[in-house]
Amino acid sequence: MAELIFFIAAIGAIAGAIGVVALRNPFYSVLALVGHLLSLAALFLLLRAEFIAAAQVVVYAGAVMVLYLFVVSYIGGGSLQQLTPGGAQLRTVAGAAVLALFAELAIAVLGSGLQAIDSDGAPYVSGFGTPAQIGEALLTKFLFPFEVASLLLLVAAVGAVVLARRRKGTTLEDREEDPTRWITPRDLFSGTMAEAVGAVRPPHEAAPGQAATDETERGRPVATPAGDDAEAGRPLPTPGGERP
Amino acid sequence: MSIAWYLVVSALIFCIGAGGVLVRRNPLVILLCLELMLNAANLALIAFARMHGNADGQIFALIVMVVAACEVTVGLGLIVAIFRRRLPIDVDELRELQG
Repeated sequence: MAELIFFIAAIGAIAGAIGVVALRNPFYSVLALVGHLLSLAALFLLLRAEFIAAAQVVVYAGAVMVLYLFVVSYIGGGSLQQLTPGGAQLRTVAGAAVLALFAELAIAVLGSGLQAIDSDGAPYVSGFGTPAQIGEALLTKFLFPFEVASLLLLVAAVGAVVLARRRKGTTLEDREEDPTRWITPRDLFSGTMAEAVGAVRPPHEAAPGQAATDETERGRPVATPAGDDAEAGRPLPTPGGERP
Repeated sequence: MSIAWYLVVSALIFCIGAGGVLVRRNPLVILLCLELMLNAANLALIAFARMHGNADGQIFALIVMVVAACEVTVGLGLIVAIFRRRLPIDVDELRELQG
């Protein structure tokens, strides 16, 4: 039974890895990596690393991959597909390098002379790899690496925020925020917003306003509180002023 | 299953990830391939922890996961910064440090 699960999970993990490399769309690459991580969690369970398997599924396949998906969506997966494929020469050299690497790793692993490598591992001890054991080890024997890891996470979070923040003057949009570019000078009385609200009046309509100020100067009572406008010095058309 | 099988699977995944880093030009996919390589190392660590019956290797794998999460965060921040500056998202084009 363990053999069957191992082969299914191993094939899933390797297929997911190949999918990450081979798929053209980065969105599908991320999804292939999620499948790869889930298969790897099954392998971890077979190796009796229960807590690592759970953390792998929750943290990796859950949180980190969602972060990846957000960035892929933000950048736009479609626009990334227009990259020209790498040259055939590059692929040949890369394939040769990878084959050499695999041969080296196989020699290193299988020719290591470890007798236990062909066994099923040490006899199982109850409680091996459980959250209780991992937590006890993290808080006693490995307390310092634990704290350093928390500090590292903090530094990475601050660094990511600093890296991805919006800077002034770095994008094309920021450059066009120069007001002399988008406020075009135009003639007076050609339909500006200032005329629409009555702040500026064309000369041929200025006569009633002038008359109103003349009337207030003469001491005639004005029905509307036009005194505020007169104090502000703006030639606003008050209802009293427009009345004939 | 003997431990050697797990190590062979780990070596295969590591090689696939290394090949992806060499071949692909999209920095997002290169980050994904780095994840593959780190996961292969994790699998080897946990296999050796099982071989020795010692849980210290699992702690090591947890720390590797933390480092991988940090690497992902900083890498994605870099990619977002590149995208904000309207630079091409292609590692062949981004070979100069001077933006």
